[in-house]
Amino acid sequence: MARALINVPAQAKRGEIITIKTLISHTMETGFRHTSVGATIPRDIITTFTCTYNGEEIFRADLFPAMAANPFITFTTIATGSGTLVFNWTGDNGFTATESSTITVE
Amino acid sequence: MTRWAQRSVLVALVVSATTASAQIPQSELRSGYADLGRDTKAMQDDDTTNPGMLWALDGEALWKTKAGNAERSCADCHGDAKQTMKGVSARYPAFEGTLGRPINLDQRINLCRAQQQQARPFSYESKELLALSTYIGLQSRGEKLNPPSDPRMQPSLNAGKELFSRRVGQLNLSCAQCHDDNWGKKLAGNTVPQGHPNGYPLYRLEWQSLGSLQRRLRNCMIGMRAEPYEYGSTEYVDLEVYLTSRGRGLPVETPAVRP
Repeated sequence: MARALINVPAQAKRGEIITIKTLISHTMETGFRHTSVGATIPRDIITTFTCTYNGEEIFRADLFPAMAANPFITFTTIATGSGTLVFNWTGDNGFTATESSTITVE
Repeated sequence: MTRWAQRSVLVALVVSATTASAQIPQSELRSGYADLGRDTKAMQDDDTTNPGMLWALDGEALWKTKAGNAERSCADCHGDAKQTMKGVSARYPAFEGTLGRPINLDQRINLCRAQQQQARPFSYESKELLALSTYIGLQSRGEKLNPPSDPRMQPSLNAGKELFSRRVGQLNLSCAQCHDDNWGKKLAGNTVPQGHPNGYPLYRLEWQSLGSLQRRLRNCMIGMRAEPYEYGSTEYVDLEVYLTSRGRGLPVETPAVRP
């Protein structure tokens, strides 16, 4: 199972800009490499990352073969209300991973 | 004596002076962390951005997983790693009485697997072995490297020291020429580090993965165009014994991040 590390502030003031950091374990095999006998190593990457905040999508990224292994994605959003942030990664070979995090907004 | 002969004597003197390298004094010891860029430092300092923590999480799960014919987990004998493994990696390699030689942490884990769990040992650099050694190493983070002063380890320490200053490979270089004599200077735009073992296993951006100290040593040997030793060989363990004694007092940074 893929491991993910999420950093969302536990508390924030309404209207405050918060930074969210995500890190997930994935080899991000480019599909351009070959084995010692010349066979192509098939591509195996994460292709899409999304983040929803209380059900509303606030961030989306498409990932490509040039991304490093264990992709680290950080972004900011405005703390609009208490609730849940859900992070979703999807990729080649049916890869999916979901993590969530709660935030209290005063 | 001709002028040419005089000059070659002088050259010979200079060469012999530079090859007699001295060990770095305790007051000048510096971890490779000190030479990192701001971004890499930030990556290591925050446990939610340090990719090595992904291995530590896997290791934590493995610590509690029952394995082998004995149906036992690490936790069944050792309990909570946060208490029982504190400071352990800082004093490895250590002498193993039954084998009659020092072993490193990876070999200790595999001995435990073979003897206590009656399970198949992990192969070197496998994800499982790295995960467990990272998780165990993490419990010693901040502790100072404290190699055992066991007289039975003296032959290994001497052998490691000899290996460290022995010229090898097509480039005819020794470890000491870079890491004792020229640390702090530049090699192809990078600062030559003192070469301490306090961050291992560590996440190397170049590898896009976590690796052991032996993988790093293998890397250096390939760089010197020497034939690397086998993983787990006596030579590598001897070198580890010497490196730990050489870096005595530096804080454990496992899992460190290096470029």
